[in-house]
Amino acid sequence: MKKRRTVIRTVILLVLGGAVAYTLYANLTKDNIQKVEIGKMAPDFVLVDREGEQQRLSDYRGEGVFLNFWATWCKPCEREFPYMETQYQRYKDQGVHVLAVNVSESDVAVDKFIERHNLTFPVVIDKDGQVQTAYGINPLPITFLVNPDGEVIKSHTGELTEDKIQEYMELIKP
Amino acid sequence: MNEVKCECGHVNPHGTILCESCGRILDDKEKDKQLLDMRYEGSARRSQTYNKTIIDKIWNFFSSVKVGVWLIVLTLGASALGTILPQEMYIPPVMPASEYYEDQYGWVGKLYYELGLHNMYGSWWYLILIASIGVSLVICSLDRVVPLYRALKTQRVSRHEGYLKRQRLFGISDTADADMDLEKIKQKLKAKRYNIREENGNLLAEKGRFSRWGPYVNHVGLIIFLVGGMLRFVPGMYVDQILWVREGETKVIPGTDGQYYLTNNDFILEIYDKETDDEVFDAAIDRVGTVVKNYQTNATLYQKKGNTIPGEKPELEKIKDKEIRVNEPLKIDGFALYQVDYKRDELNKMLFRLENKQTKESYGNITIDLFDPQTEFDLGNGYYVEVMSYFPDFEFDGEGDPTTKSRIPNNPAFVFNMVTPENPDGEVSFVAIQQTIEPLGDNEYKMAFNGVETKDVSALTVRKDLTLWIISLGGAIFMIGVIQGAYWNHRRLWIRKMDGQIWTAGHTNKNWHGLKRELESVFDETGLPAPKDQLSEDKKE
Amino acid sequence: MAQLSSNLLYTAFVLYLVSIVFFSGAIKAKSADGTKIAPSRSAKIGILITIIGFIAQVGYFITRWIAAGHAPVSNLFEFTTFFGMALVGAFIVIYFIYQTPLLGLFTLPIAVLIIAYASMFPREISPLIPALQSDWLHIHVTTAALGQAVLSISFAAALIYLVKVIDQTKSDKKTFWLEVIMYTLISTLGFIIVSTAFSMANYESTFNYIDKNNAEDQIEFAMPAIVGPNEGELQSEGSFQPLIEMPAIINAKKLNTLIWSLGSGLLLYGLLRLIFRKRVSAMLQPLVKNISADLVDEISYRSVLIGFPIFTLGALIFAMIWAQIAWTRFWGWDPKEVWALITFLFYAAFLHLRLSKGWHGERSAWLAVIGFAIMMFNLIAVNLVIAGLHSYAGS
Repeated sequence: MKKRRTVIRTVILLVLGGAVAYTLYANLTKDNIQKVEIGKMAPDFVLVDREGEQQRLSDYRGEGVFLNFWATWCKPCEREFPYMETQYQRYKDQGVHVLAVNVSESDVAVDKFIERHNLTFPVVIDKDGQVQTAYGINPLPITFLVNPDGEVIKSHTGELTEDKIQEYMELIKP
Repeated sequence: MNEVKCECGHVNPHGTILCESCGRILDDKEKDKQLLDMRYEGSARRSQTYNKTIIDKIWNFFSSVKVGVWLIVLTLGASALGTILPQEMYIPPVMPASEYYEDQYGWVGKLYYELGLHNMYGSWWYLILIASIGVSLVICSLDRVVPLYRALKTQRVSRHEGYLKRQRLFGISDTADADMDLEKIKQKLKAKRYNIREENGNLLAEKGRFSRWGPYVNHVGLIIFLVGGMLRFVPGMYVDQILWVREGETKVIPGTDGQYYLTNNDFILEIYDKETDDEVFDAAIDRVGTVVKNYQTNATLYQKKGNTIPGEKPELEKIKDKEIRVNEPLKIDGFALYQVDYKRDELNKMLFRLENKQTKESYGNITIDLFDPQTEFDLGNGYYVEVMSYFPDFEFDGEGDPTTKSRIPNNPAFVFNMVTPENPDGEVSFVAIQQTIEPLGDNEYKMAFNGVETKDVSALTVRKDLTLWIISLGGAIFMIGVIQGAYWNHRRLWIRKMDGQIWTAGHTNKNWHGLKRELESVFDETGLPAPKDQLSEDKKE
Repeated sequence: MAQLSSNLLYTAFVLYLVSIVFFSGAIKAKSADGTKIAPSRSAKIGILITIIGFIAQVGYFITRWIAAGHAPVSNLFEFTTFFGMALVGAFIVIYFIYQTPLLGLFTLPIAVLIIAYASMFPREISPLIPALQSDWLHIHVTTAALGQAVLSISFAAALIYLVKVIDQTKSDKKTFWLEVIMYTLISTLGFIIVSTAFSMANYESTFNYIDKNNAEDQIEFAMPAIVGPNEGELQSEGSFQPLIEMPAIINAKKLNTLIWSLGSGLLLYGLLRLIFRKRVSAMLQPLVKNISADLVDEISYRSVLIGFPIFTLGALIFAMIWAQIAWTRFWGWDPKEVWALITFLFYAAFLHLRLSKGWHGERSAWLAVIGFAIMMFNLIAVNLVIAGLHSYAGS
């Protein structure tokens, strides 16, 4: 009788404690919930680059994709672009691609920017924001590393150093 | 040893104060009292009888009403603290919270911010307080409702004399014809919807027992409510997004996995007008100035057909047109879109005229779409304008170079190259609002400002809340429980024949005044007096 | 229609005042022998006049509704007036349950004070802003006000209880706090008298000052400025120069009004003490000697029991439903919402203490006083001092 009571009490307290612990955990981590989960497939998209080529993420299956979201007004984006360009030159023959998604700016602004920075990797403009919504983009820059299987293995919010970029490209080399 | 056997033969759980069956006093301390403590019918509240393992100690802590009241009071006090200064979510987004509080409220604000009170209701300790109330609700209720149910179920009609005479309403009377008096009383009690049980000529009349369950029903409601609140944190249960959409623009609705699109056909802002609106409002309008009458977005909702991936042009199927107003959200598939904010007259297009500075003669107009400007304009006859650079939200950066702060055309600026028959290589001009710079020397021509086109932008909150039905269910059950417990009461009358005397005792869990009046009318015109209130007699002496 | 409406309100106000006189007559007429006597003639007239007054006020409410096209509960004047009306309504119901004219003698002055206080705010009919354009306006606001009114009856009963049982022969914490309650009520009267007097004298002084965002602004004081605004420069001639200047963060106008109210309250209170040479509660004590302390304790508790579910329904449940529709979420920690929750939690604690901890009588009465203070804080301070979504135009 007494034993049974202890068991019942223990079970109830564990259930309640578990619920409270979960709520606390969920509440304290709710700010870092990303739309795109690490280890899951990267949401596919198709956008036209400045050369007029269709860039479809899933076409790069088998190769790594360094997926960067940026804007011309974003200073950290501007600072990391030269590094991305040099590392792109090093890795593009090793199966690592750079795809830079601009967030809904005008053609002229993006073109002038590409011109100014001599970018050779494909730059696409997400005009109506569908891709940003699918990836849950808020602060810029944000970089997703997509491995040859099409899975997101890492995401990084904020400016990247050249070393970091190189390290990341190594990660997704097929 | 765990059980207590009463003289009447009933076996009570350990810790019982009054025998569940006959009401005999089992706890000696209670015998000294003139009136019984009838809370929970003197049953053994389990928490108070075991105190052995750590589990029991935790259990007993949360089972205590004293602890429960403390938790309520602490939550109350904490909640009040959070209203001293506005919470972070209500401060204007002019500067980060870390600066705002000190800037606006001095050292008080700084302290408030540093103590974390600016975002108090989401803090871990406030959550723990609320959660503890939840735990306390569960355990308190379990610990009381079971024994109370047992006691009320087992109660016998004939109650021990010690029990009767320690009731607040109590009377002894002699009567010649007890049976006839009892019969009369029974009829009257029945008319008053009492349930009557008889045993050996003794009587128990009872009504409103269900009101005793009110507190537990409302606690169940509260627990369901809290569970609903907890589920909000489960991914997918709750969506809170904002959608800014310009007039004429069609945008994907965030949070719907790209399934729904919305077009803003028109944004309307109306204010009260003394001419057209009811004249009773004139005085108020005079005093306050402008009063807004309506915020409205005329929207069209579309659903995406087929499986396109983001970036592809979706094929859209119109679902409905809706005028979204404050208090009239657009609802679709568990989502609701609410009118929450707006921006009026955002720049959309800018018009320029190529003009000879001296002759003021115009050589053609151009219209620039500020969201996606065309770059080349051929005005004919050898006149040609090229947009070399565009800065939608122009400012000079640290090095004095023109740059843009965002993609929103708050302060558009352009670098034009004007090709004319006189200047076949073109003249370069930097044009911003009320500012023209000619970096390569004096030009013959200029881009004269020729007007703007603006559009309104509407902000809609996209909300999905799958916890709403649980919250509503909890709220409804809570209300039922509160009403059940507050607007009904559990009244009992015991009548026992003892050696030619008739003993009467009455009890109610609340509203003694009501019970007394009812009993007076029941005993009226019978040979018996109604039981007297022993408490108020005390006071008078 | 609007004119008729305000005449009806005025009528109701006067009738309530008259009925107070009759209720006090009912106390004196009572024989000294105990708790149960049929209501005297004076009490019957008192309750009749109260009912007529109440009907007149309901008339005010209906005619104003017709004139405005929406329920007149949309600004501070309208809400507070309705609260006063609900208080009278609740009193009438409780009166018929317990037959206690004494309750009228305590409730009606509070209701009168509340209605008079309400009329110190802008009284014109104001158009509804978009957020208020909903049927939930009258559903939510009236239920919440009714709940608060019934809970306020518990305060009136508790006050009777305290005046009756607290020993006035000695001076201690209890007599002190009871006097604080009396002084607060008198200060409300002071506020009403002072505002009415200055508005009848058309007093107005304008200041140019620097607000907390360092911008220049102008403010009008309706009472002579004892404290002036930050770097205030008096613009109107013949007005009173402020004695002290306030920093920008403090709203000098509201503080000035508060100082005038408390000051005039102090003057009135001091006069009463000087004339009668005893505490105000001691003055009132003879009035309550015939009532049974148990009965008022029960009235107080019963009012909480009746009022608590109504309050919860109106101020929390209906409020949440409307907030979900108008503000996209049923709960947003707006100060007014939080104070409704605080009121709810407080009365929940009250009920638990009474039911499970046996807090009857005097303790319960003090709690009822605190509960009323919380509701008044929510009505006055949260609307006027703590800004939020509920802030009415009531500066």
